[in-house]
Amino acid sequence: MPAERESRLGDVILRVEDLHKRYGKDEVLKGVTFELRRGETKVVIGPSGTGKSTLLRCINQLSVPDKGRVWLEDVEITHARTNINHVRAQIGFVFQDFNLFNHLNALQNVSIGLLKVRKMPKEAALARASEELARVGLAEKACSYPAELSGGQKQRVSIARALAMDPKLILFDEPTSALDPELIGEVLEVMIQLARGGMTMIVVSHEMGFARAVADRIIFMEGGGILEEGTPAELFTCPRCERTGQFLRKITELYGETDGQ
Amino acid sequence: MTATEILWQNVRPLFDALPVTLEVLGLLLVVGLTLGTVLAFAQAYGRRPLRALCVGYEQLFRGIPPLVVILLFWNGITPALGVPVPGIVVAALALGMRSAAYQSQIFRGAIQAVPPGQMMAARSLGMSRIQAIRSVIVPQAFRLAIPPWANEYSSVVKDTAFICVIGGLIDLTRQALMKLAPLSMRRPIGTQLILPYLIILGLFYLALTYGGNGLLSLLERRLSIPGFEMKGKVER
Repeated sequence: MPAERESRLGDVILRVEDLHKRYGKDEVLKGVTFELRRGETKVVIGPSGTGKSTLLRCINQLSVPDKGRVWLEDVEITHARTNINHVRAQIGFVFQDFNLFNHLNALQNVSIGLLKVRKMPKEAALARASEELARVGLAEKACSYPAELSGGQKQRVSIARALAMDPKLILFDEPTSALDPELIGEVLEVMIQLARGGMTMIVVSHEMGFARAVADRIIFMEGGGILEEGTPAELFTCPRCERTGQFLRKITELYGETDGQ
Repeated sequence: MTATEILWQNVRPLFDALPVTLEVLGLLLVVGLTLGTVLAFAQAYGRRPLRALCVGYEQLFRGIPPLVVILLFWNGITPALGVPVPGIVVAALALGMRSAAYQSQIFRGAIQAVPPGQMMAARSLGMSRIQAIRSVIVPQAFRLAIPPWANEYSSVVKDTAFICVIGGLIDLTRQALMKLAPLSMRRPIGTQLILPYLIILGLFYLALTYGGNGLLSLLERRLSIPGFEMKGKVER
């Protein structure tokens, strides 16, 4: 299985080099370096407060890193002259608390990027948005407003919103952490489909079942740096660091790993 | 002449004065809305010195009674300018600039009430800051601002009564004041009519506040979206 996964991975699509980020006195990222290949699903795990979310935000510059560089293909995102809006339009971002636009219904939420950023004609944008809503199983909720949707539905709409932009990769920031336990499954299911369909993604998550099922590689972060990176098999069976093993045992105890399949 | 006839004789001129009050009200709302919006955005998105300037403006205009602002503009500033400015313009500017101080607080509060994640999500899609403000922040802030703005509307309708101190401007209150003396000289019937007459004057203002608020809640209902309707309502 891992060999099979390796073989479907393409060239390097994202390169992160020595990222540093400090909030006041707190150095949240202390030099993070990794590569992401086309079609790869990378799951980032680690205790809270170790800079996982900050890392995602620094990738598409929602937080501007203090030091270090990020490349999307051959474009340096961190370069001062790069049009950041253009880059962000190619990188999907799924937030922990959804951040759906509250004044727009599901269909409008998914189509707004196509209309305002891609300048697509209205009909084409709505047609595309409908497709993406159907893809996450919410075709019948097109006219519902965020306040009328469950957490799981909101998160699926937000995944559809990211997908509609035809992103080169999607960043997921703890996409199931704000959900009631019974709603986690429907979101993970969509993400598993995406991963198996060859979408390139970085997922910050505590869902070990998900990680085991679809991650090509897992990054274990602690204290603002990457402690260990490897395939799920490597990390789950014989982690190189004692801390990784400890963390994985604890998290599996806490959350179990029933979800994800 | 019967009492009713005398009363009507004095009430009819109020209708002639109504357009003056309406004109000042309309102009001051335009001034207040425009300037208030600019101040609100400057405070929400501007740099520190600009924000400080806006806060100073607000504190200045919110700290002075409307009547004094009008006197200041009409009897103080206008003569110093050396060019004749119509009373109606002075009235609208004085009250409009004062209202801008209040309206900017309403709009700034509404902008800041939109959760920060909304801006972040918009930017993550590749929208520029301006695009995000226009298509995500403003439509939400606008809806949040309607109820408090309705309050401010009622408040400025009542402020317009103070323009009666501007010479040559015959608004509702000025007109009524001009009728009081002749009425009180018509004893005994005239003096008895003063109370109903002033009640009618009050009704004119009540109609303006009530009518305006009705239109605003109609607007609020037309724009209502699930998730935005709870503002201003209290759990009973």
